[in-house]
Amino acid sequence: MPRARAPAPQDSMSITTFAIISIIKSLAVIGVLLTAVAYSVWLERKVSARIQNRWGPTRVGPFGLLQPLADGVKFIFKEDLTQPHVYKPLYIAAPMIAMVFAITSISVIPFGNWVNIGPWGTYLQITDLNIGLLVVLGITSMGVYGVALAGWASNNKYSLLGGLRASAQMVSYEVSLGLSLVGVLIIAGSLSLRNIVDAQRHLHWNIFLQPVAFFIYLISAYAETNRTPFDLPEAESELVAGYHTEYSAMKFAMFFMAEYANMVTVACLATLLFFGGWLGPVFGPPLLQAVLPVLWFCLKVFFFMFLYVWVRWTLPRFRYDQLMAFGWKVLLPLAVANIVVTALIVAWRA
Amino acid sequence: MLHLILFLFFGAICVAGAVNLLVQSHPINSALSLIVVMASLAAEYLLLGAEFVAAVQVIVYAGAIMVLFVITIMLLNAGAEQHTKGSRVAILIGVPGALIGAVLVAWTLLTRGHTGSVAMGALPGSPQDIARLLFHEFLLPFEITSVLILIAIMGAVVLASRPEAIARRHTESHQPDPLPQERQPAPQLVGSGKEH
Repeated sequence: MPRARAPAPQDSMSITTFAIISIIKSLAVIGVLLTAVAYSVWLERKVSARIQNRWGPTRVGPFGLLQPLADGVKFIFKEDLTQPHVYKPLYIAAPMIAMVFAITSISVIPFGNWVNIGPWGTYLQITDLNIGLLVVLGITSMGVYGVALAGWASNNKYSLLGGLRASAQMVSYEVSLGLSLVGVLIIAGSLSLRNIVDAQRHLHWNIFLQPVAFFIYLISAYAETNRTPFDLPEAESELVAGYHTEYSAMKFAMFFMAEYANMVTVACLATLLFFGGWLGPVFGPPLLQAVLPVLWFCLKVFFFMFLYVWVRWTLPRFRYDQLMAFGWKVLLPLAVANIVVTALIVAWRA
Repeated sequence: MLHLILFLFFGAICVAGAVNLLVQSHPINSALSLIVVMASLAAEYLLLGAEFVAAVQVIVYAGAIMVLFVITIMLLNAGAEQHTKGSRVAILIGVPGALIGAVLVAWTLLTRGHTGSVAMGALPGSPQDIARLLFHEFLLPFEITSVLILIAIMGAVVLASRPEAIARRHTESHQPDPLPQERQPAPQLVGSGKEH
């Protein structure tokens, strides 16, 4: 029974079994995440091409489906240039920092319910922490160092400006992003992502209860991931390529993958916090019952990934002062007002 | 056992980061060492059971405040600093002072036994516990602190908005926009603003 819940997974199994299951889960999640990242790039190219009345990648494999693989091989074999004027330790560390934090943040994201595999059972999640949401926010807030240090260590004016813009922008929008989630937390009464999803049963999705918070979250998340219309850190018409101007080959690819991995995390969070996570109609034989929640989760995440691409190829870029004014003068007061109203309603009902 | 090993491991990282912070001559390396110190402190809190404090430590200190440090260092374009021999006063007073402090702390911990310490993972650190403490027992200090922070924010706003900028805005709102060829140079515009 996939709905059945074991009381505490660690109690019933030995430490070895626990370690093995954790390692398998981690490897599986990282594998799926990296594949998702590769195919988000493919999706981006396809959708952008369609929006611009082009074909996009078609040559490698059917519908260009093997294009990500070809791109990966290309990145590995390209010459890795290291300019003589860079500050080497940080120049090398920066893409790693960006990538590590982008991948780590997926570790507390739940994908589905409890499943039983033979004698063992596990949650479809690497680990369930009772401060899960804060962990994701903390790890993503550390990710800004990758971008900032890349900009500084490159010793290049464009890079430095990109890095400065990125850090200022991410710190500013993190405030409204965090505050927009407080309304959801007040309703759910927990910081565990699993409990937040469980509180949304019977179509009590937070998108209906917290529409303002959802839009604040969405906009701030776009700014946090440096995507258009907030892609000023790498605005190619002003800054060449911003913070990754001096990077080539696999180091550049790591920034690229970190950006898309962050997008996946943000899409997962939006699904979990506002769209009921893996909740959806579940029916049929046990195997189908185990697979369907994951399918709903993936579909919802896919919707947000598509939205990302759609927005990018539809909206023009902000000006930097507009970006800052919008974050501090519009989103922040709105988020605070949303908290006050939500708290009042919850207190009145109690 | 595993907890203890991890605790000692992160404690060692924390001390190493703190020493590196002092030894490094480039400000950005020092800032990064400080981030390491804060992150390993967060890991220590987590191991003690104070999950919420650990998360806040990472989000606020490592994720926000240190970003501002790094931005400042990047903006000022601060270069590597020179090592100096250090003043004689620091050596004469500082080293014995630090030694006395360390001895005092060690002596207190050893003689008092385990009264002030907490078992690994036993700290009441869940968000609910913290909320109960903050909003019931320590409500007044909490609110006073928030007023203090508000005052600091207002002070920052006042300091950041330079009087010339306010004066210029003042004149622009009162006079019709001059044509480009009639536009006065900026310093005079500021001067006329001060006469109002």
